[in-house]
Amino acid sequence: MRKLGKYIIFISTLFTRREKFKVYASQTLEECMKIGVDSIFIVVIVSSFIGAVTAVQTAFNLISPLIPKYVIGLLVRDMTMLELAPTVIGIVFAGKVGSNIAGELGTMRITEQIDALEVMGINSASYLVLPKIVAAMITYPLLVILAAFLSIMGGFLAGVFSGHLTETQYVFGLRADFNPFNVNFALIKSLVFAFLVSSISAFTGYFTVGGALEVGKSSTNAVTSSCIAILVADYLLAQLLL
Amino acid sequence: MIEVKHISKQFGGKQVLTDVSGVFQKGKTNLIIGASGTGKSVLMKCMVGIIKPNEGEVFYDGRSFTNADRDLKTEIRREIGMLFQGGALFDSKNVQENVKFPLDMLTKMPEEEKIERVNFCLKRVGLENTNKKMPSEISGGMKKRVGIARAIVMNPDYLYCDEPNSGLDPQTSIRIDNLIDEITKEFNTTTIVVTHDMNSVMEIGENILFIHQGRKLWEGNSEEILHTDCQELEDFVLANKLMRAVKSIS
Repeated sequence: MRKLGKYIIFISTLFTRREKFKVYASQTLEECMKIGVDSIFIVVIVSSFIGAVTAVQTAFNLISPLIPKYVIGLLVRDMTMLELAPTVIGIVFAGKVGSNIAGELGTMRITEQIDALEVMGINSASYLVLPKIVAAMITYPLLVILAAFLSIMGGFLAGVFSGHLTETQYVFGLRADFNPFNVNFALIKSLVFAFLVSSISAFTGYFTVGGALEVGKSSTNAVTSSCIAILVADYLLAQLLL
Repeated sequence: MIEVKHISKQFGGKQVLTDVSGVFQKGKTNLIIGASGTGKSVLMKCMVGIIKPNEGEVFYDGRSFTNADRDLKTEIRREIGMLFQGGALFDSKNVQENVKFPLDMLTKMPEEEKIERVNFCLKRVGLENTNKKMPSEISGGMKKRVGIARAIVMNPDYLYCDEPNSGLDPQTSIRIDNLIDEITKEFNTTTIVVTHDMNSVMEIGENILFIHQGRKLWEGNSEEILHTDCQELEDFVLANKLMRAVKSIS
């Protein structure tokens, strides 16, 4: 509970004693490159394969002749939209971006760079952390859209080329019983997860005490806490919005 | 002038500073000395507001810093320059960007003027033509000098230096000490140096405050230090052979 209180106070300090807008704009742009663009490669690999695996495993489990083949496309679409793109990529995002944020801020703390900012009269939390959170909330939904597209394409390629179903059946499945709210739901989840991963990792890194060993521990803790937060938020959002 | 009144600090039940008071004069190089782990850096961090003391107050030219509101605290902090032990240069920025950083953040100066000021400060610390070098590409002594350039770029009234000689060879140490002393005189700053290096004490110590086990035990200058009757200070000063030889001569 004490840690939660400290986290809430930390988040509130991001919005007090802010610097000039120009400073945040350039910092945010820089962070968008580091957080978003640098994550594209891993997102492409993971999402393409999870789509492909979902298609193949669904086909493997469809043993009843009463269930039409296009269900494979429908299942890949819904699983991708509802869970795989926002949540699984969220876990990957926590591993890559979360550890990076915690490591960077932890190192800045132990090498007194954060103290240097404070002595200059700059709100170090706001200057360092706010651009990271904003950048994550801008880029992560875009990564989720990319992941969803690639996952569905991965399912298409795996399903069609392994001969489990035809292109027409897959596309029919993709369009069958489509609920547009699922897209909104995925985007809402992506915004929440981006905030959780970036803020929890920043919080963990910012309050690192000690040396290199503790920076490593902070990175690990950031990933663990972010993953738990994602799973809890995933369940709560499903309960609230579906 | 900086005045410290009855500063005490505890960390989880451990008393680190007890009732420390002192006055640090403008235009002088003031030293806080003592063995490792006696609370020198904690005192300095209390003075610049990185650590909040449990008791006591710090005054900057009569303005209470400890109990100041956020705006006054920010205003005072912008009059402070600080050299950190490891330099605390921003890894992602080059030398020029590091020195220019306070100007970018805290002033509305035109870019050409900023560059001019940065070049002046780098020249002052003897680091011309290193503008584009990254912190990872320069030596420890150069990092300290870039740290000094960054600390003086805003023309501060108060200059803090945390162990400016740690990890440096004796020659570079003396150069850094002299640079700090020259800057103090040139810009008329209130300079506070935390150190346990006796060379620095003898070289630039105009006003020295000795801390032992979290308490201020002695105050004086580099001439008086060799003839002190404070046993703990004598043990500290005469720990090395050279200082014992100096004392026997004097």
